[in-house]
Amino acid sequence: MHGILKMKSYSFAALLFLFWVFLSGHLTPLLLGFGVVSVALAVFLSKRMNVIDHESYPLHLSSQLPAFFVYIFKEIIKANIDVVKRILQWQGSTISPQLVDIPVQQTSDLGRVIYANAITLTPGTVSIELSQETITIHALTEEAAQELAAGNMAKEVSNRVLVE
Amino acid sequence: MMIDILSWVCLFAGGLLGIIGGIGIHRFPDFYSRLHAAGITDTLCAMLILFGLGLQAGFTLAAFKLALIFVFLFFTSPTASHALANAALHSGLKPKLDMDGRGVRS
Amino acid sequence: MFIAVSVAILITMGLALARALTGPTTYDRIAAVNMFGTKTVLLIAVLAFLSGSTDLLDIALVYALINFIGVVAALKLVTQKNFHSSEENRREVE
Repeated sequence: MHGILKMKSYSFAALLFLFWVFLSGHLTPLLLGFGVVSVALAVFLSKRMNVIDHESYPLHLSSQLPAFFVYIFKEIIKANIDVVKRILQWQGSTISPQLVDIPVQQTSDLGRVIYANAITLTPGTVSIELSQETITIHALTEEAAQELAAGNMAKEVSNRVLVE
Repeated sequence: MMIDILSWVCLFAGGLLGIIGGIGIHRFPDFYSRLHAAGITDTLCAMLILFGLGLQAGFTLAAFKLALIFVFLFFTSPTASHALANAALHSGLKPKLDMDGRGVRS
Repeated sequence: MFIAVSVAILITMGLALARALTGPTTYDRIAAVNMFGTKTVLLIAVLAFLSGSTDLLDIALVYALINFIGVVAALKLVTQKNFHSSEENRREVE
């Protein structure tokens, strides 16, 4: 248990240092030294705050994650076009706002949060309340609410994000 | 040259989406539906502008930083939207709803 | 060409600012300020390319983070009217 934590701290430090080098872009000894000091401080503070745990190290994410990102980008673009159309249709009311409860199949906290974030990322639906079994969403239109209730996105999240 | 044209198309589409989202937050009737219009400017508009700038930058540190900005926005903007909607609902702000729909609560 | 894009972003920022000034509820104002902040990040990024000094991108990066934390902090202040958490309140009472 202690050994795993140590290993995680070291890999965290290596990752942070890589991050520093990419952000600064300078390789002089002085700036690299500043980087070492900052990384040491950041790792010390993270250990003190107990935030180096399995959630900040999502090694249990699925290898199909890129496919999930492609799917979510497609959904974002589709939803954007829909909302833009509704904004630009000037006469009459083009929206039919809904408040709907959607069941959640994801068992882990991380899975539920990723699902709720995916819902919020697509314009037209915003997750308002997240509980153990349901997500309350506000949908701009009835179609958006129905599409979400059909559960395609839930399937994508449970198949492609987490290794159960 | 092709990359230049693609980059300009992305940048202009992003700017246009921003203005449309700005119109949206004035056109929609209540807070919750305005959140969706603000969502446009947070997602596709920001993505297109950052992608267009990334095409201008090529494979440099600047492109890496743009990707990082993109990742931060990608993670923080839904969280902020959710926090706003959740806080508004709990403070008792009632959304205007289309009442004859399916599964609607007051 | 970059100038046209930054003008478009500035128009959006103006619209967001108008909503922040007129918005009937406090949450409208905070949402508008959040949108204003996102646009500021994009504007700084475009200005970095306009002026050719890509060091400005670091500022955009930091602004993206500060904007998020600022919005969440403002929201917490508005909803709870104070900055100490409810656990701390309970401990004080007990």
